[in-house]
Amino acid sequence: MRNAALAVAILIASATCVSAQQKPAADTAKIDAAIVKAFPTAPADWKARFEQDETMKECSISENSPPKPVADAIQKREKARIEYPADGKLMGNWQSGERIAQSGYGLRFSDYPARQANGGNCYACHQLTKAEVSYGTIGPPLMNYGKIRNFSEADTKAVYEKIYNAQAAYPCSNMPRLGTNKVLTIDQIKDLVALVMSPDSPVNK
Amino acid sequence: MTVENGVKRALIILAACCAVAGAASVAPAQDDETAKAIEKYRQMLKEDPWSNPGLLDADRGEGLWKTAAGPNKVTLEKCDLGKGAGVVDGTFAELPRYFADAGRVMELETRLMWCMEKLQGISHKDLVTKPYPPGGQPVKDLGALATYVASKSSGMKYAAKLDQAQEKAVVDEGRAIFFRRQGPHDFSCATCHNDTGKRIRLQGLPFLVDPKEAKEVVGQWPAYRVSTTQVMTMQHRVYDCYWQMRMPELEIGSDVSVALIAYLVKKAEGGEIAAPGLKR
Repeated sequence: MRNAALAVAILIASATCVSAQQKPAADTAKIDAAIVKAFPTAPADWKARFEQDETMKECSISENSPPKPVADAIQKREKARIEYPADGKLMGNWQSGERIAQSGYGLRFSDYPARQANGGNCYACHQLTKAEVSYGTIGPPLMNYGKIRNFSEADTKAVYEKIYNAQAAYPCSNMPRLGTNKVLTIDQIKDLVALVMSPDSPVNK
Repeated sequence: MTVENGVKRALIILAACCAVAGAASVAPAQDDETAKAIEKYRQMLKEDPWSNPGLLDADRGEGLWKTAAGPNKVTLEKCDLGKGAGVVDGTFAELPRYFADAGRVMELETRLMWCMEKLQGISHKDLVTKPYPPGGQPVKDLGALATYVASKSSGMKYAAKLDQAQEKAVVDEGRAIFFRRQGPHDFSCATCHNDTGKRIRLQGLPFLVDPKEAKEVVGQWPAYRVSTTQVMTMQHRVYDCYWQMRMPELEIGSDVSVALIAYLVKKAEGGEIAAPGLKR
């Protein structure tokens, strides 16, 4: 089972490494300037969204297929950006996790002033439970994720880390760095960990 | 058949499709049923080309093209969409292109705005402020004009040359923008459109980097959207993607939107134009 899981993980990682086609030498300074100019009504506190950190830059330029040394550097850098719960507990409440997984609310320009907490929108890309048939397929299916890993502590920690910062596991992953980028709070991430790893969760039923 | 009668008939079929679509969240099998129903609807539209509700907007656009408007009280009949002043037929199939008079590469909507500004005297600010209608409201005048012009290339193949230095540069920029990750979710266009057979929830996503898939979908815009009962233009489509990417409001006619559209049209080169299309 672990081998199968590993195979799936490798498959996912390699799926992002589409064949490196020849890339035009894009003038990134010009692109950055065009982006700033293209959103002239952006409020002052949104300007940070135009900027890219080093990881975003490297993933953009390589079209999500960074060369090995760059991928290793991204992984190391992003791993260092993971913050853990102060109480040391990685699992919260799966019922609350299910609501967070269903919600795509938050951070769009129509979401201000905020009317509710941000969602994780997990179902947009992942299959999680039997009951929810409206799921996307950009990410791997996560049905029985905890069960097939015997609800192990090591895997629970790995799930927390993947949700907090997916690129610490898969450099240039399509998945948002939900914790590092402050899309979700640590408590919300704990609830999602419970959804994936709790024996009581419908994900594992 | 008149446009009105055709549209009435289409709406009846559409209601049937929506009934199926409404039940789509029950099971993936029914999702397939929905896809089949919409495909059947598309087929019927092809057999009876007058039944697409988007054609009402194409008609309105034709009227607007020939109606004096703006502070200068002139029509758009002297607008040069690339094949000479006043030529509409087949122009959409050869856009985007570099326009020497404007000194930049433009796709259809940006070129129409340029004509509205230069010929009719409408202010640039008015043109770029709230250019898209809220859900359920008909496409605005610019969008109706775009629908009209695009419909006059329907059945033709995308044949934008995009071989001049300025045009090639814009296509390359479009590619870089397509892969540019930004915002709190690290999203780029490639997050959703860089693989085949993927979905967001139940919505299929075209693999736009692949010419085969780009050819199938790019030429369907502007499209009548069943879910919002209105025509959505390509500029509006891209604007909506950036909303989902958690970015601010993308300005219509910006270098970013023009470059992205140029990149997509280049990918769709040789694909058939079927505008206005029909979308979920």
